[in-house]
Amino acid sequence: MLVNSFVSTPDLIRFLPEIILTIMGTFLMVMDPILQRRSSYAFGHLSLLALVGALGGSVYAYTEGGCSVPQSCPAFGGMLMVDGFATFFRVLVIVVGILTVLSSYRFLQREDAETSEYHALLLFSIAGQCLMAASNDLIMVFIGIEISSIASYVMAGYLRDDKRANEAALKYFLLGSFATAFFLYGVALIYGATGSINLSTVRGILMGPDVPSSVFIGLAAALMFVGLAFKVSASPFQIWAPDVYQGAPTPVAAFLSAGPKAAAFAVFLRIFMTAFEPMSASWQPWLFGISALLSMVIGNFAALLQSNVKRMLAYSSIAHAGYVMVALTARSEIGTSAAMFYLAAYAFMNVGAFAVVSHLSGKGERYQTVDDFAGLAQKQPLTAALLTIFMLSLIGVPLTGGFFGKFYIFKAALESHLVWLTVLGLLTSAVAAYYYLRILVMMYMHEPSKASSEVEPLSLGLGTALMIPAIGTLFLGIFPNWVLDFAVKSATLVK
Amino acid sequence: MPTSATEVYFPVLVQALLAMALAAGLLSVSYLLGKKVRNRVKDMPYESGIVPTGDARQRFSVKFYLVAMLFILFDIEAIFLYPWVVVYRELKMFAFVEMLIFVILILSGFFYIWKKGALDWSGADSTSRKP
Repeated sequence: MLVNSFVSTPDLIRFLPEIILTIMGTFLMVMDPILQRRSSYAFGHLSLLALVGALGGSVYAYTEGGCSVPQSCPAFGGMLMVDGFATFFRVLVIVVGILTVLSSYRFLQREDAETSEYHALLLFSIAGQCLMAASNDLIMVFIGIEISSIASYVMAGYLRDDKRANEAALKYFLLGSFATAFFLYGVALIYGATGSINLSTVRGILMGPDVPSSVFIGLAAALMFVGLAFKVSASPFQIWAPDVYQGAPTPVAAFLSAGPKAAAFAVFLRIFMTAFEPMSASWQPWLFGISALLSMVIGNFAALLQSNVKRMLAYSSIAHAGYVMVALTARSEIGTSAAMFYLAAYAFMNVGAFAVVSHLSGKGERYQTVDDFAGLAQKQPLTAALLTIFMLSLIGVPLTGGFFGKFYIFKAALESHLVWLTVLGLLTSAVAAYYYLRILVMMYMHEPSKASSEVEPLSLGLGTALMIPAIGTLFLGIFPNWVLDFAVKSATLVK
Repeated sequence: MPTSATEVYFPVLVQALLAMALAAGLLSVSYLLGKKVRNRVKDMPYESGIVPTGDARQRFSVKFYLVAMLFILFDIEAIFLYPWVVVYRELKMFAFVEMLIFVILILSGFFYIWKKGALDWSGADSTSRKP
């Protein structure tokens, strides 16, 4: 039956975003040694072009590939599943990529580090994340994770004369490859227990008459949980995040905190809601619930103590991973759609906040402390206003995306009778308000610091990279149904 | 036909126990029965081998590691050609196109490291360019 394994045109259409990103990434990589002349925006423009192309490609794959009806669109013999869920996360990571490129223009110029390699690595990483979002097969998931991670390890240490960037890259690499090994162990156990690595097939076997030992499945799920919880920086595997986010170049930190995290949550949902769903009722609430609780408590309380803003945002990103974990604990379709909505809102507000930090920190990223934000509102009212939107959204104030994100997540948790988790989650998110508001107080109620006085005018790229997330955050806060309806429609993973 | 997990894994357990017993047995027998001679020649890393000259803890140029890493990368990628050759007759044009894409990707990587100067043993400047 080898004829069936031949690639057909629909397969290629459904794989379009990855193809576009890989071709442009390879092209940019090869261009770097050919054009010795550096300092050009052309690389950024090309990478932006590829990302917009991939964005169109993923929408095209969804609408024209006949994928609007759930479960009608496997590609490559069921290894990929290009449904609404995959398209949602593909679009999400590509938009994060576009924002990263936009906020990188000025940063790379300022640090005198403009190469096409940066953009090539970014495109490769996003290609891996698109693959993660669409894969319906554990080997494809693994390959996606590796493509995404290896490129991001290098990006974390991109400024290689910088000691902290080196430390970040090394930590991220060592711990990350260790975590991936755990995941692979889980995959091996699943294959041993069920004889399949296709998620839909595994689900069928777990629902069928010949159910394998629940010890194997539970152990495999736990091992996969370790690997993926590392990637989303959920507790107790969050130790790396503050050091890596602080050491990595700020646009890269913005990317790491949004792109790989969203893609890893997509994999989480795909594996646990598709494959393990028939068996996970007894252990999933505990596994995810405790991780969610720990992430929210550790993230929010540790963020209170930080004076470095990048580090504070890193702890806050751990806490936000905890909120999404609450949605996963709910183990329902409402939970899945709430997690999807939250990740979209989170990507906008977090990338925006990091972009402001990158803007303020100046050459060599000297100014990163909370005190450096003093008086920013007097010098640059627009930047301060945009950061205010992001901070209010991170707190979860109404009219912002963050509010509805939290609202849907805790609603899903309540409908699954997780009252304890909801109450504790809301309490920790009240704690979180303090450290976000501290920055707003600094910006609006203090005299300008040295950093705010020296800050340069907003460049076009960075300005766009701030406006898009701000509009996105407000849009999600005022018209949440547009995104939520799509999320609800595509949250039915396997029926 | 063994059915339960215990029956399936019992031979593996026996094998593991045998292996451990054999290793422990051989080592303890040679420890108990062997003569214990200790002198300078006996304690050398390679008895009757080449006489060591100096400390092994020297600093090596990072170039060695770079070349070793690149070698492993391209070596492993070349391994993919072997299974391809085996199934080539059955898959025909499809296999050819797939491998063509694969080889083009490898070659662009090779081109990249070559132009970057990673294979240039003497020229230190080309690799030390800022990111």
